[in-house]
Amino acid sequence: MSLAANPTQPVTPRPAARGGPAVQPAWLRVTHWLNVLAVVVMVLSGWRIYNASPIFDFRFPNAYTLGGWLGGALLWHFAAMWLLVGNGLAYLLLNLATGRMARRLFPVSPRGILRDAWAALRGRLAHDDPRHYNHVQRAAYLFAILDLAALVLSGLAIWKPVQLAWLCDLMGGFQPARTVHFVAMALLVAFIVVHVAMVALVPRTLRTMITGR
Amino acid sequence: MSLTRNANKAIDGELVLKDARKLLASRIEAPTRRSFLLRTLSLGGLAMLSGCSLDDNESVEKALMAVSRWNDRVQGAIFQPTRLAPTYTEADITRPFPFNAFYGVDEAPEVDEDGFRLEVTGMVADKRSWRLPELRAMAQVDEITRHICVEGWSAIGRWGGVRFSDFLRRVGADTTAKYVGFKCADDYYSSIDMPTALHPQTLLALTYDGKVLPREYGFPMKLRVPTKLGYKNPKHIQAIFVTNTYAGGYWEDQGYNWFGGS
Repeated sequence: MSLAANPTQPVTPRPAARGGPAVQPAWLRVTHWLNVLAVVVMVLSGWRIYNASPIFDFRFPNAYTLGGWLGGALLWHFAAMWLLVGNGLAYLLLNLATGRMARRLFPVSPRGILRDAWAALRGRLAHDDPRHYNHVQRAAYLFAILDLAALVLSGLAIWKPVQLAWLCDLMGGFQPARTVHFVAMALLVAFIVVHVAMVALVPRTLRTMITGR
Repeated sequence: MSLTRNANKAIDGELVLKDARKLLASRIEAPTRRSFLLRTLSLGGLAMLSGCSLDDNESVEKALMAVSRWNDRVQGAIFQPTRLAPTYTEADITRPFPFNAFYGVDEAPEVDEDGFRLEVTGMVADKRSWRLPELRAMAQVDEITRHICVEGWSAIGRWGGVRFSDFLRRVGADTTAKYVGFKCADDYYSSIDMPTALHPQTLLALTYDGKVLPREYGFPMKLRVPTKLGYKNPKHIQAIFVTNTYAGGYWEDQGYNWFGGS
């Protein structure tokens, strides 16, 4: 694995063909898809909750929301939060414990990001080894992790502005915490749009995330 | 959630949901158990549940309500009885303070002070009813706190009145009971947990901004709970009862979380 991840080494035949260890381990695939479910429910119910008292000059079309009304949306939101947080913590713990985080998402440097982004724009970025993430991918996945953490923390601040007053203060107060929550949501949705577009460009990665190979 | 891929069934399911949504949009103000069920699961436009029968929706609703009951317990566990909600200065007060209810401001009930009696029942030693001057004769406190609505908006206001824990002790309430319930002149009702009822900032508010509580803010009295969301702050209170039996609430029975703590 470390050989294949080193770009200076000759590219080895894809391990999938040889039946080696899975490119994406089972725990990663399970937590990924559970996260998809949690995020979809949180975002769509969150839009309905937002509509009850918009902070900006627009509402989300109700047809693209979950819950049917504010109370229903809140039920979904405060149920899916357990899945989001429980699954997210399991993902982080396994990622750290197995060393996958250090192996796949690091190192990452601004120079590496610029280099790989430039190569990608010229169509010269190879991705024949799905075990190796380029620097743009590393930055994007790390961003998604940090953004989800910001979403959870700002969500807790909005849910418990008295019991977790310190967290609410950290967000700048109750109303600013709502804005932080909204912006973090918008950034996550932007990530998802790019992420799904990339999967559409390299469909093999979808199979890898389902079967592991 | 049965995923019957019978085409006719799926289309019927969608139509039913569509009709339900249309119906319910106009009936938001007339809540019933049934409409809650439909409202919860009319997943606006999402084809996700097409093909699911309403029976299946009922089980989803049950599961969501079970999680909400679990969330009540979690919130009860993290509620710190001595942690105070932030207080503010006179200059921070939101003016005008917004009116909010499940009806328009013109429909707010008019309660006649002379005829008014506050009823106190349930697990209390002294069940006699109270007149407003008797409540005004008790020690009064004043606080400027943030009212946070479940919808997301918030506003800072100044409420004054009797510390609710003082009142409960005065009537000899059994403070080991689980709940304190409220019935209101506008047919609103709600109930809260005993630890919150005994919180030092929980007030039986008789004034707003130094003046007798006006009709639109809940005359003759409102429960001011700065550690809970707005719908846990009943106005126009007529009856208070102490009980071990879960008493729900107007919005809570339709799906809002019962604890509603902040």
